[in-house]
Amino acid sequence: MTDMLTPVLTALWDQSDAFTLDGYKRHGGWQALPKALAMDPDALMSGVKDASLRGRGGAGFPTGVKWSFLPQGDAKPHYLVVNADESEPGTCKDVPLMMANPQLLIEGIAITAYAIRAKHAFIYVRGEVLHVVRRLRHAVEEAYAAGYLGTNIGGSGFDLEVIVHAGAGAYICGEESALLTSLEGFRGLPRLRPPFPAIEGLYACPTVINNVESIASVPSIVANGADWFSGLGTEKSKGFGIFSLSGHVTTPGQYEAPLGITLRELLDLAGGVRAGHRLKFWTPGGSSTPLLTDAHLDVPLDFESVAAAGSMLGTRALQIFDETTCVVRAVLRWTEFYEHESCGKCTPCREGTFWMVKVLERLEHGHGTEEDLEKLLDICDNILGRAFCALGDGATSPITSGIQYFRDEFMQHQKEGGCPFDQAASTLFGDRGGPGGSSFPRGVRGDGSPRDGKPAGSES
Amino acid sequence: MPFSEDVRSRLDADAVQIIGKYPRPRSALLPLLHLVQSEEGFVSADGIAYCAAKFGLTEAEVTAVVSFYTMYKRRPVGEYHVGVCTNTLCAVMGGDQIFAELTEHLGIGNDETTPDGKVNLEHIECNAACDYAPIMTVNWEFFDNMTPATARQLVDDLRAGNQVSPTRGPSRLCTWKQASRILAGFGDGQATEGPTAGPAILVGLTIAHERGWTAPHPADTSGNGAPHAGAGSSAGSGPAGSGVSPADSSSPRPGKSPEPGQPPAAGKSPRPRGSARSRSAGQKSPPGASESPQPEQESP
Repeated sequence: MTDMLTPVLTALWDQSDAFTLDGYKRHGGWQALPKALAMDPDALMSGVKDASLRGRGGAGFPTGVKWSFLPQGDAKPHYLVVNADESEPGTCKDVPLMMANPQLLIEGIAITAYAIRAKHAFIYVRGEVLHVVRRLRHAVEEAYAAGYLGTNIGGSGFDLEVIVHAGAGAYICGEESALLTSLEGFRGLPRLRPPFPAIEGLYACPTVINNVESIASVPSIVANGADWFSGLGTEKSKGFGIFSLSGHVTTPGQYEAPLGITLRELLDLAGGVRAGHRLKFWTPGGSSTPLLTDAHLDVPLDFESVAAAGSMLGTRALQIFDETTCVVRAVLRWTEFYEHESCGKCTPCREGTFWMVKVLERLEHGHGTEEDLEKLLDICDNILGRAFCALGDGATSPITSGIQYFRDEFMQHQKEGGCPFDQAASTLFGDRGGPGGSSFPRGVRGDGSPRDGKPAGSES
Repeated sequence: MPFSEDVRSRLDADAVQIIGKYPRPRSALLPLLHLVQSEEGFVSADGIAYCAAKFGLTEAEVTAVVSFYTMYKRRPVGEYHVGVCTNTLCAVMGGDQIFAELTEHLGIGNDETTPDGKVNLEHIECNAACDYAPIMTVNWEFFDNMTPATARQLVDDLRAGNQVSPTRGPSRLCTWKQASRILAGFGDGQATEGPTAGPAILVGLTIAHERGWTAPHPADTSGNGAPHAGAGSSAGSGPAGSGVSPADSSSPRPGKSPEPGQPPAAGKSPRPRGSARSRSAGQKSPPGASESPQPEQESP
C-alpha cells in the first residue's frame, strides 16, 4: 500500500542547503545524469513514455510522447524550453520548487536535452519572483562549474548551454506558443497550431516545451525506473505531483502525493477548512478549471476523474473558499484578471472578457437581472472553443461553473440591492482581531471594490 | 536626452554579455529592456531608442514590446515598488483590505508614487505564493501572510529608510534599479541568502516525516529499478534511499471524515450549454498552466 504522501520533488525542501550543488549532491543528486548519458537517447525517451509521465503544467499530455514528436536526424537545431512562467491563479508549486531545489530542475533539463538531442535549453521564469531568478542563475553557474553543463559533459561528447530568461509580466506567456514568441523578443502573442512546437517552435526549429514539475520528475524516473514511477497514481494518471492548498484551510501549503488523492484526504492532512467554517467552493487546478463544491470532496484528483466531475485537474492548485466568500465577487475578480491579461489578438477573448466584467460588476452591485446571467452564459458560449488560445476558454470556467452551482446567490444580490456578504469575515485577520487586526470597518460590503482606489460602485 | 557617453559605454558592455548568450540576438530584447530600466528606474524614450539601435529595430517596434509587459514602467516608480496581490484568493483573504488601507495610509492610488519618491503602489496579479495569502511584494521579493498592520509598518519602514527583510529572500532588500539589473541577467551575490523554503511550503513534507510516509523504494517495484538512491531522494529521509519501505510503514492513514451524504459527483455534466462543441476546447490547458496537448497523430 502506497503512503498517502510521497515526497520526491519536495524531499529536500527542509534541508538548509538544498539549493546548492553540494547540498543536492549530498542527498543523492546528479546521479541520474551519468546513468542517462550512458543510455541511447531514444531509450531514454521510451523510458519516460513507459513511466507514463503526463505534463504537470495543466494539460496532462504524455511527456515522453511529446518528446517523440521531434523529428530526429534533421539538420535543424533542437531546443528545450522550460515553462517556469507559473502564473495561473492559485498555482504555487514551481516557484517553491525552483527556490528550494533548482539543481533538481537543472539535472532534469540536462537529461531531457540529451534525450531530445538539444544543445540549448532555456528556463523562461516569470520576472516577478526575484529570489527564484537569483537561485536559478546561481544553480546554473554551479552546474557549469561542476561540469554538468557546458561542453563534453561527463566525457560523453554531449554539449549543453542553459539560459535563465526572466519574463516581464504577462500571464499569456504561460501559454506555450506565446512563451516562444516572447522568448524570441516579441509581444507574447500565441501562435496558430499546427505547426506545433515540436516541428516549428523556437526560431521555427523543433522544440520541446515542458513545465518545471514535469522536467523535475525526470531524474527520479531515470534513477528509479519507469515501473517505480508508474506504480504510483491511478490507472491513467501515473506518478506523483505537488498539490497546493491555499485559502480557507487550517494549514495551507504544499502536499506531494500520488495522483488520485482526494480533497477530503488533503483537507484531513491540512486540518480541515478553517475552524468554525465549512467548504463552499474550490478550484481543482487554478482559476481556469471550473469550480467544484462540497459535493466533490471524494473525486480522485487525477486527470480522468476531475474531468468526469466537470472540471480539469489543471495545476493541482486547490484554492479553498468557505461560506463567508461571495462567489460573485470571486468570479468578478477572476474575470477582471482575464480581461487584464487577454493579449487582444482574438476578438472573442478581448471583447468577451471586457463585456463580462461589465455584466458581472452590475450583478455584484445588485443591479443585475436574470437576463444578465443568460447574457454571461451566451458570451461564454461564444468564447469557449472560439478563442485563439486557452486563455479565453479558461476565462469562461469560473463564470459557467459559478452560475451552475450558485445561480441563486447571483440573484440574491439583486434582491438585496448589493452584495450580501461581509468582506471582512472572509479575511485571514477579520475573524480574530488581535494584533494583526485593523481599523478597517467591519461590514464593508463585498462589492466595495478598491482595485483602483475608487470608492465602491463609482463605475456603475 | 540620449544617454551620455559614459552611460552608453557601460550599457554596451553589459549588452554584449546579454546578447551573446542567445542563439539569436533579438531574444535578448526583454533582458535589455530590464537593463535600461535598471539604469533609469523605468523604460524611457531614451531606453527604447538605445534598444532599437542595438537590434536594428524601429522605436515603434520596441515600444510595442514594452507596452505589452506590465513589469516595464513608463514613468519613474521610485525606490520601492510595492505590490499587493488582489487576485481572487489573496483579495478574499485580505488583499483588498490591505490595498484599500495602504492607498489611504499613503495617500496615493494604484500605480502612483509617494511624493518623496520612495514607494510606488500597485495591485498585482497572482504571484505564485497563494499558500501564504495574503501576500505582498517589494521590488518583487516575497512578503508573506500580510495584515493591514504589517503592511502599514512595511511601507513606513521603506519610507523611513529602515532595513526591511523579505520573508523568503535575501536578508537585505535591494532597490528597484538593482532588481531590474538582476532580471537583466546579472547576479548580486545574494542567491544563497534566505531560507530554502518557508513554513507553508514544508507542511506536507513535515507530515510525511512525522508519519513515516515516503515514496516507495525502487527495489520494491517489480522491474528494472535502479539500485541507487537517485535524484530527488534525501539520504536521511527521502523516498528511495531511506530504507523505509512502504511495507514497514504501518503509520495510520488518516481516516476519511465521517461526512455522510456527500457522494462523489463523478459523471455529472457541469456544462449543460454548448457542451457538444465545448468539450474538446475545454480540455486545452490554461495559459498560466504550461503545457498544451498536441494532436495524437501529428506527423513527425
